Amino acid sequence: MKLILIRFMIGGISVSTFALLGDLFKPKSFAGLFGAAPSVALATLALSVMAEGRDNAATQSTSMMLSCVALFCYSSCVSWTMMHRPMRTIWATIVFLPVWIAVGFGLWSILLK
Amino acid sequence: MLVKVDTSRLKETRWHEFAVRFLLGGLITAFAGIMGHKYGASVGGLFLAFPAIFPASATLIDKHEKEKKERAGLNGHGRARQLVSVDAAGTAMGSIGLFVFALVIHETIRDHNTWLVIGGATVVWLGVSVLIWYVRKRM
Repeated sequence: MKLILIRFMIGGISVSTFALLGDLFKPKSFAGLFGAAPSVALATLALSVMAEGRDNAATQSTSMMLSCVALFCYSSCVSWTMMHRPMRTIWATIVFLPVWIAVGFGLWSILLK
Repeated sequence: MLVKVDTSRLKETRWHEFAVRFLLGGLITAFAGIMGHKYGASVGGLFLAFPAIFPASATLIDKHEKEKKERAGLNGHGRARQLVSVDAAGTAMGSIGLFVFALVIHETIRDHNTWLVIGGATVVWLGVSVLIWYVRKRM
């Protein structure tokens, strides 16, 4: 429980900091780079090395590469839809989350399971 | 357009909007840890590139742009959608940098100092992401 709380605090701080940095920059395409900042990864990998060892962090980073492909597909879908279809932002960002899940877990089950 | 720092955006953001990002970031990090503990590091690692705060950030961009246009007596729906689209395209470019971040961690974490590896990988993420953004901008 204590470790979960530590993860929560460090993750919250890390994600908020990168989001804040994203807010600061113009143009929007540059600021968008911070939407794919390694905020969750920084908090998780550092704690994993300390609590479970380097091999654990190396294994996590392998899966992370696959979820980066999923993130690319998800954000590309959102980008295209927002440019070409009159969809509300909240719906576009939620409706494509299954794309992230399908690509991420699909690649994982093919390549790593 | 050159990259500029615009602090006025910070004034537009309300404290509860910061709190939402903190909460979502904390929750996904804790969730990734729980998944890793329960189903193994391989599954937990998938959540390290989950678009945790993307919906919240995109909604903020949309809201702020509409408010800005409404203050000027204009309808900001179209412009807000364009900005969210461009922001998402930036995230897609950043995800390639994030892939290289994970690759650097994977290749070096076993044999080198943890903080050096994580710090170096973060610099590589930024470098690769900015390079892709710059190349895309010049095309």
